[in-house]
Amino acid sequence: MNGFSLSRWFGIMLKEFIQLRRDRLTFGMIVGIPIMQLMLFGFAINSDPRHLPTAVVMADPGPFARAYVAAMRNSDYFRIVGTVDARDADSLLDRSQVQFVVTFPPGFHRDLVRGKSPVLLVEADATDPMATGGAISVLNHLGAEVFAPDLPGVQRPGMAAVDLRVHRRYNPEGITAYNVVPGLLGVILTMTMVLMTGLAMTRERERGTFENLLATPATPVEVMTGKIVPYIVIGLVQVTLILLAARWIFQVPMHGSLLVLYAVVLLFIVANLALGITFSSIARNQLQAMQLTFFFFLPSMLLSGFMFPFRGMPEWAQVVGNALPLTHFLVLVRGIMLKGNDMGMLWDQVWPLLLFIAVVLVVGLKTFRRTLD
Amino acid sequence: MTAAPLVIDVEGINKHFGDKHVVKDLSLQVRQGEIFGFLGPNGSGKTTSIRMLCGLLTPDSGRGSCLGLDVLTESAAIKRQVGYMTQKFSLWDDLTIGENLDFVARMFGVAQRREVVARTLDELGLGGRRDQLAGTLSGGWKQRLALAACLQHKPRLLLLDEPTAGVDPKARRDFWEEIHRLSAAGITVLVSTHYMDEAERCHRLAYIAYGALMASGTAHEVVAAQQLSTWSLSGPHLQGLAQTLGDLPGVDLVASFGATLHVSGKDAAALEASLKDFARRKGLTATAVAASLEDAFIYLMQNSQDPFAGGK
Ligand SMILES: Nc1ncnc2c1ncn2[C@@H]1O[C@H](COP(=O)(O)OP(=O)(O)O)[C@@H](O)[C@H]1O
Ligand SMILES: [Mg+2]
Repeated sequence: MNGFSLSRWFGIMLKEFIQLRRDRLTFGMIVGIPIMQLMLFGFAINSDPRHLPTAVVMADPGPFARAYVAAMRNSDYFRIVGTVDARDADSLLDRSQVQFVVTFPPGFHRDLVRGKSPVLLVEADATDPMATGGAISVLNHLGAEVFAPDLPGVQRPGMAAVDLRVHRRYNPEGITAYNVVPGLLGVILTMTMVLMTGLAMTRERERGTFENLLATPATPVEVMTGKIVPYIVIGLVQVTLILLAARWIFQVPMHGSLLVLYAVVLLFIVANLALGITFSSIARNQLQAMQLTFFFFLPSMLLSGFMFPFRGMPEWAQVVGNALPLTHFLVLVRGIMLKGNDMGMLWDQVWPLLLFIAVVLVVGLKTFRRTLD
Repeated sequence: MTAAPLVIDVEGINKHFGDKHVVKDLSLQVRQGEIFGFLGPNGSGKTTSIRMLCGLLTPDSGRGSCLGLDVLTESAAIKRQVGYMTQKFSLWDDLTIGENLDFVARMFGVAQRREVVARTLDELGLGGRRDQLAGTLSGGWKQRLALAACLQHKPRLLLLDEPTAGVDPKARRDFWEEIHRLSAAGITVLVSTHYMDEAERCHRLAYIAYGALMASGTAHEVVAAQQLSTWSLSGPHLQGLAQTLGDLPGVDLVASFGATLHVSGKDAAALEASLKDFARRKGLTATAVAASLEDAFIYLMQNSQDPFAGGK
């Protein structure tokens, strides 16, 4: 009956671009928000998460190794998810399924009994240095406590039972900026994308121009998507700004592909825009749109793993966090930038985003009011 | 004129906002090429009714057609052939005149858009100001721009909601000349207004108060239907007399008309007796006149405020 018209869609997009260009405040926000937040969150917030998922590579099973693993579990800092071989362990780290991999080398038992201080390798996912700090310091004490009672006299004074080697993977120096700057990418996009689209539609309603728009044959899909496009462009500009800052100011490495990163960013932008447009069809005015945005923004900041390490949060908070796009985006961005993840390794975090978009768009189109009722 | 097809034909339309019954059982028939005036006090439901005609609001009940299309189910097709001018200026303040016209033309899929926009600008006499922001225009110019914008797609029906509110007399006269030109070209116009002189320029009228249709027809028919006798009183010291007059037997309505008072009532005999006596005592002259449209409207408005005396 009233099919999609490319020309109308283009008209709506063009109008949105022109209005944006004339709106100095919004324009200021686009540049101002990233800069402000980069400065605000450049510092670290402390936290001491426990029960971090840990995989064990057991090349030499024996009573000491088992005792050591049991002691790790008892320390509360580690949750042993299983025993795997070395290759699987690597991939678990890469996909952020575990925080630590502990490797007991061949001959561990024999060397220990002979007092030769076997190497105990601990690889930590240090993309978020706060998440691993506490657990690593516990490991330092664990060796003496576990082995000393069973190895009387074997130890020479001043000599540790095991040679504990910690590899901080992805972020060897534990630089907080490595974690915060990619995180900011997500936080800033959440903030500006949801807010600006939320305002775009309610502004029309408040000024009365929505009535004029409704009196034309333009369809909801044309209006919604036409209004989204300019904000996608803005989002990409913001991302580029932050990535440049990451590179030149904070020296954050970029191990993955820029193309993959932008693809993920695009997906995330769409998720947030869909939410913003949906908010704006629920809200009656700009103030309500703003309130809804902040109502969403707060848990996104606190429960996504941006402010506090995700694994340090209580169970219920993790459940909420998993419903937020930012949570998955953070894992994706850190994975790409710091771990060099490629497309194939990202699916675990990509499907929740796709699901989110689908659910939100359905709600948005259902609540879009074609009339002034 | 009576042979012309019905462009608007609605029956028993109702609209509630919450528990407020804003439009009650409205029925309207407007024929092609007619200028149809829609009158009534503020808040009586004119805007709401117009919005229902072009699909911006959904009626709670009732049925109707607009340009032969169903008001309830075919609003998308109706929109394409209707030009709607909102009560409040609702083009985009932060777009220029040219951009506004261009945007609206795009939304309606106007063929040869550029030429149409250029011609519209020329006819408006705004060719030189196409790059001025619409928000900076004066009231009269905004009104002309809004009308021009909704004419670009050559609508068959124009819905104008209080188009001349806050516009100076000269601009109002030009505006009405334009409306008559459009009507002569076969475009149907439904226009809501507060002004009596504008009501008199319409071919037919409907008067609506508190959501209910009180009267409709030509200006003559509307006046005649009220069956009012009207007398004009003139003489010195008229100002203080309205209150006293209103209490006389047979008097239903007192309204000032410049230097005279118009006194009207349904009961012609009682009114005449009261007034002749009153005029003699106060040294005034009373002459019988024809009731004007304004007398009829004021009478209607007064009556509609009393729920037991409504025109039902
Ligand atoms: N969207 C709305 N929500 C609630 N009430 C409304 C709405 N629009 C109009 N009204 C109410 O309906 C009544 C009729 O309004 P309206 O149609 O604008 O009258 P008019 O145009 O004749 O002045 C008024 O009392 C007004 O307050
Ligand atoms: Mg109105």
